[in-house]
Amino acid sequence: MSFRFRHSLALTALVCAGFGAVAAEAKTFRWANAGDVSSMDPYARNETFLLTFTSNIYDPLIRRDKDLKLEPALAVKWGQVDKTTWFFDLRQGVKFSDGTPFTAADVVFSLNRANGPGSNMGGNFVSVKEIKKINDHRVEVITKYPDPLLADKWAALAMMSKAWAEKNNALNSADMTKNEENFATRNAMGTGAFMLKERRAGERTVLVPNPNWWDKPQHNLTEVIFTPVANPATRVAAIKAGDIDMMYEVPPADTESLKRDANVKVLEGPETRVVFLGFDTERPELLESNVKGKNPFKDKRVREAIHRSIDVQAIKRTVMRGQSFPTNLMVAPGINGYVKALDNRPALLKPEDAKKLLADAGYPNGFEVGMDCPNDRYVNDEKICQAAVAMLARIGIKVNLLAQTRSKYFAKILRKGDYKPGETSFYMLGWSPASTYDVHNVFEQLIQTPSNVTKKGLFNAGGYSNPEVDKLADAMEQETDKAKRDAMIAQATKLYVDDYAYIPLHQQAVVWAARKNIELVQLADNSFPLRFVTVK
Amino acid sequence: MLAFILRRLLQSIAVLLTVGLVAFALFRYVGDPINAMVGQDTSMEERETLREKLGLNDPAPIQFLVFIGNAARGKFGLSYRTSEPVGRMILERVPATLELSICAALFALLVGVPMGVYTGLYPRHWLSQLFQAVSLIGISLPTFLIGILLILIFAVWLRLLPSFGRGETVDLGWWTTNFLTWKGIQALILPSITLGLFQLTLLMRLVRSEMLEVMRTDYIKFARARGLTNRAINFGHALKNTLVPVITVAGLQLGAIIAFAIVTETVFAWPGVGQLFIQSVQFADIPVMAAYLLLIGLLFVLINLTVDLLYFAVDPRLRGQGMARPAGH
Repeated sequence: MSFRFRHSLALTALVCAGFGAVAAEAKTFRWANAGDVSSMDPYARNETFLLTFTSNIYDPLIRRDKDLKLEPALAVKWGQVDKTTWFFDLRQGVKFSDGTPFTAADVVFSLNRANGPGSNMGGNFVSVKEIKKINDHRVEVITKYPDPLLADKWAALAMMSKAWAEKNNALNSADMTKNEENFATRNAMGTGAFMLKERRAGERTVLVPNPNWWDKPQHNLTEVIFTPVANPATRVAAIKAGDIDMMYEVPPADTESLKRDANVKVLEGPETRVVFLGFDTERPELLESNVKGKNPFKDKRVREAIHRSIDVQAIKRTVMRGQSFPTNLMVAPGINGYVKALDNRPALLKPEDAKKLLADAGYPNGFEVGMDCPNDRYVNDEKICQAAVAMLARIGIKVNLLAQTRSKYFAKILRKGDYKPGETSFYMLGWSPASTYDVHNVFEQLIQTPSNVTKKGLFNAGGYSNPEVDKLADAMEQETDKAKRDAMIAQATKLYVDDYAYIPLHQQAVVWAARKNIELVQLADNSFPLRFVTVK
Repeated sequence: MLAFILRRLLQSIAVLLTVGLVAFALFRYVGDPINAMVGQDTSMEERETLREKLGLNDPAPIQFLVFIGNAARGKFGLSYRTSEPVGRMILERVPATLELSICAALFALLVGVPMGVYTGLYPRHWLSQLFQAVSLIGISLPTFLIGILLILIFAVWLRLLPSFGRGETVDLGWWTTNFLTWKGIQALILPSITLGLFQLTLLMRLVRSEMLEVMRTDYIKFARARGLTNRAINFGHALKNTLVPVITVAGLQLGAIIAFAIVTETVFAWPGVGQLFIQSVQFADIPVMAAYLLLIGLLFVLINLTVDLLYFAVDPRLRGQGMARPAGH
């Protein structure tokens, strides 16, 4: 529908209003993103875009509201019967969009499917021992150890229909190793606010409202058309031309030109992902450095000199064009366990003071080190690294930057199958505890000592290790008393901050653009539920 | 004739095997697909199991043989990115690419050849100078820039044509077409021009120089002396004699159009195989990339074969000479 067409509709509506009748207007909402949803199967991949897209069709037990707080969806009540037993009381009278009732059997089926072969959601089930149906509207979950975060972990888990999956032979998610098509990859049927009307992978995906939805719709849409448009300039042109109503993830370079357009509004907010730099503090000698026989990053003074020489405000001003939110912590506000009192970056050092710190550590003439950086993963990733290289050159550290595409990049820096370190000395990474919205995930994956035995620290690429932090992190995993847990979090946070374990840079901004007649809610986890969209 | 076709087919298989081998050699450098396939919370064991099951730990020659064996039976496996069967993913996108490429090729031929004839016949006319200037733009501006400029002018400023996508398509069961709806045809215009402009320029310049050459030859002078009409001379004698190189180039360029539709498809979010390929590169989606490269290889082979056969139709001298040197020059 063209922009002009909608005007004429509005005109018709006005004319009709004169006669006391208002024409019912079709509210089509067309939006675009750089990439397509990779599958319609809600467990196919644990990534924000797929989860948020399928959540329009599939409801979870518990969903997140506009402030990312938990609120009842298919479960009306949940909690812990005792330390290792969770209960979920289900909403009565809920129907799938095909009219069949939603019951506890569907919940048990869905949870097992999410933890089954082909699913990418297995990480949410590490603590789970048994999932039991108590009656048609109550499910209980026994955990191996107290798991205070179970409800948070499961807030994104879609509930599927057992009968539908059985009928269509989609009992498991697609198995990549078999040459078989899976029905749920292209089709979807849930209890959600929308139903899948048409799916052409890579081309367009059309949703229509579900008349059987249990909740009262806040949206006023009659049809939603999603199209992937890979080229950023085309997306910008399309929204200016009115060919799309909303653009998810605006490239920073185009923000200004969109802001100048009278028909378009730009929405900006901080994302929960924190982008940071990390050091190899594990190897006795760095892989890519002219310092032989020792590892300069093992010396806290060196880490401090580097940390306090990187000017995140300058990066914000120049590279990020204002679209970043500098931080000194590894988690962002909005995540449980963000300690505001500790989120202060230490003052920048003058180059001569930083050089003095380096000299004290035994590097009066600085040193040379290699740095790894992705060039298509985070907003302006390569440019941020280039800025850091220039800032470090001023204190005598010569950084040789290697920026490459994400698949190559991650293969190089991440830990190997046996938890052996990847091949990097100095690197960039971004992290959001999107599965739990809790800081423990950050400790477990990024800060705890990497180990093949404990299975912690998988993404701690540089191998930072502090036994005290390890102990606190393990304790907070199972602590159900909130006050005690918060104290542990604060203590552990202070430890890694004082250690200069990482150099947190910023939260990147979530930037969306929409036509002026669109109302929507922008969430800090960069998810985009259609249930909040209205077209005026 | 049959022997010739058979020989070419055998050569084609060798070409395809080589394409497959080169592609596989390249895949060693696209990075690790596992990280793109799993979420950040996936454990190491799960990653390793998946890698093992997909055969990514096998030596490259084994992977290659397995792939060729499966490909020969028409099995291309599941995409790492979407877990859909690769064969179907590609087939579904072939109509979009072919329709776009054919439109672009027709645009290049139907506009480029007459422009070439005109500039060849009247090299000093102001219109010829204009054509020459326009063709310079077509040769020197990169495709993505032309595409964005066209979008800016016709979609954003004038609001005449859609800025991206296929518009409306009609599903004919095994083929989706743009040609049956007005919106579909509108959506074809900008991408076809973008994709065809370079080829148009090339054809125009080629026809022009060939025409200039031919018009100087004796038999044209004799034709004039015999009092033949200008039309008969220009088209019946001159143009026809320029066609052999033009057909070669046009044929090869059709392959190039399909293969290089990648850029145009990306700019216009055109849901064709080129766009699929680009998406797959970003995710190191090896099954899709391998199948795509083989398909393009096959396409070039088929086009070359067709071009060789077309010579017979156009150039009577080849028919007399037999099949020894079918390419003629």
